[in-house]
Amino acid sequence: MGKIREKFEELRNKGKKAFIPYLTFGFPTLKDFEALLYVLDSAGSDFIEIGFPFSDPIADGPIIQISSQTALDRGVNFLKLFSFFKRVKRNINTPLILMSYYNPIYDMGLDNFFKKAHPLLEGLIIPDLLPEEGEDFLKKAKTYNIDTVFFISPTTQEERFSLIERASSGFIYYISVTGVTGPRKSLPSSILSHLKKVRKKTSSPVCLGFGISNRVQARKFKKYFDGIIVGSVLIKKIIETYHRKNFLKEFKEFVLWLNS
Amino acid sequence: MSKKGYFGEFGGRFIPETLEYPLRELQEAYFKYSQQKDFKDELNFYLREYAGRPTPLYFAKNLSKKLGLRIYLKREDLLHTGAHKINNALGQALLAVRMRKERIIAETGAGQHGVATATVASLFGKKCDIYMGKVDIERQKMNVFRMQLLGAQVLKVEGGSQTLKDACNEALRDWVTNVRNTYYLLGSVVGPHPYPLMVRNFQAVIGREAKQQILKREKKLPDYLLACVGGGSNSLGLFHPFFKDREVRFIGVEARGKGFLSQHACSLIKGRVGILHGSKSYVLQDRFGQIEQAHSVAAGLDYPGVGPEHAFYKKIKRAEYVAVSDKEALLGFKMLSETEGIIPALEPAHALFYLRKLAKLAKKNSIVIVCLSGRGDKDLEIVQKVSS
Ligand SMILES: Cc1ncc(COP(=O)(O)O)c(C=O)c1O
Repeated sequence: MGKIREKFEELRNKGKKAFIPYLTFGFPTLKDFEALLYVLDSAGSDFIEIGFPFSDPIADGPIIQISSQTALDRGVNFLKLFSFFKRVKRNINTPLILMSYYNPIYDMGLDNFFKKAHPLLEGLIIPDLLPEEGEDFLKKAKTYNIDTVFFISPTTQEERFSLIERASSGFIYYISVTGVTGPRKSLPSSILSHLKKVRKKTSSPVCLGFGISNRVQARKFKKYFDGIIVGSVLIKKIIETYHRKNFLKEFKEFVLWLNS
Repeated sequence: MSKKGYFGEFGGRFIPETLEYPLRELQEAYFKYSQQKDFKDELNFYLREYAGRPTPLYFAKNLSKKLGLRIYLKREDLLHTGAHKINNALGQALLAVRMRKERIIAETGAGQHGVATATVASLFGKKCDIYMGKVDIERQKMNVFRMQLLGAQVLKVEGGSQTLKDACNEALRDWVTNVRNTYYLLGSVVGPHPYPLMVRNFQAVIGREAKQQILKREKKLPDYLLACVGGGSNSLGLFHPFFKDREVRFIGVEARGKGFLSQHACSLIKGRVGILHGSKSYVLQDRFGQIEQAHSVAAGLDYPGVGPEHAFYKKIKRAEYVAVSDKEALLGFKMLSETEGIIPALEPAHALFYLRKLAKLAKKNSIVIVCLSGRGDKDLEIVQKVSS
């Protein structure tokens, strides 16, 4: 069993739900990213999702697009990511899950990528890889004992649930809406009825992501899911408060509030 | 083509989970309807009565004499809306109607595919939104106006390179959001399966006609087929029906833009295998796997990727790929205008220029079919600007 799944067992035994915040690697700057990472590490995160910037993020809305482009403009790449985490890994207790589009990983070569990634990252999310296309990727992930996360979306048909579960050694990422990442004021009520169907066919942890933007939503969905993922709303907060002197403190308060 | 949507090792479906079902639905609809007689009849009707098929295979006498080749032009420029894009737009629109989608979206670079899509949307009474990069909106203004006249909304894309690649990103994001009521009418042989296969099949009418026409005219197959390659649809449309005729050589012309040391759009010649817009093929990318910006004076070739079937043709050496620069394409543009009285679009002007090089390499009086994929009206302003 990988580290992600172990942690879910632990949470389940305590009757707790996972809180999974997201940051874009290298945003707003590499230095600020490091500081934000430490904030999340000390603010009750169960896992931290790190988004690796890509030039063409087709599953992302404007907020994550901006953060990715900013980081890319500052020269972020995989070499920098690995050397960064080599340096800071021992300062962080929270398991890390990398979210990257497939091309940078494919281009690096799967072996090369996994060799570098496995001591530093506990999980991987590839938003443009379906289990059907992921045979080689899944084999390597297993060899290197990194947990994998695949998606179920509102359009996913029941006949694929078990395929997705088998590919997801970490957890299943349930996408709340048909759409790209970005905060939503309201989330569709059909989520819970669809989740029921997912639960009937699977027994792995299922976490909800895309669109969660406030505490009411967070609280509501923590009741039903094994965890929640919050991304765009955090990046938005960073963009809005970055110029302020106590922006890290504000960020921490915001994260604690979201998760309270 | 293997079952999973691959051409050899290229193609596939590298897309967000939300698009898995709509793509499967599309694939099933395509395989079902495209086999049915009423679909084929209806498509043939519109291709003939509305778009103006078959297009002539014109023997370019003056140019042939000048270059010492036997040059035939497949006149896709004479089609309604002015380019080959209408072949595919009509085919997919008939699918959209059968799938009961209320809204059609598309990406466009040169605006030709956008115009073709806006046209079929108007014809079949569908709501239509076209994504187009800011740079392309500025350089292909007339096509923007045409789309608007046809009742489509042109949505400006300001991310990234503000060209075709980013228009594609935005169209995919729209589709992920509005999958249930929206049909994504992709304009070239790129994207996730089944698009590369489907678009190629809708465009293969070019090659099927050309084959009949040349056999009637010359009593034999051509020595060369020549076409420009952006995403690769007019070229594959011409090439595919000749695939098994091994003696016919295929030449795809990519855009060398400002040159290999500067910016270009030669994904097949200079790219590496990677994943862009849902399929595995050759991609222009930096050494860390980020997609690079392409450049071509021809907006329709200004794209850092290429259809997976071309990657396969390259791998098995069925086609040869060459590069023609912005400057050379302008010479090709003038050459055809002055010798044959036909003003080509800047995209096929790349292929036309290559005739001059081919004339030096090929046996005298070799038979060459060039796909004249579109007419030059949309490019007059650019050519005027560059030449003055
Ligand atoms: C006239 C014309 N030719 C060629 C192309 C390139 O596309 P493809 O390679 O798919 O034929 C375009 C695209 O906009 C075009 O408008």
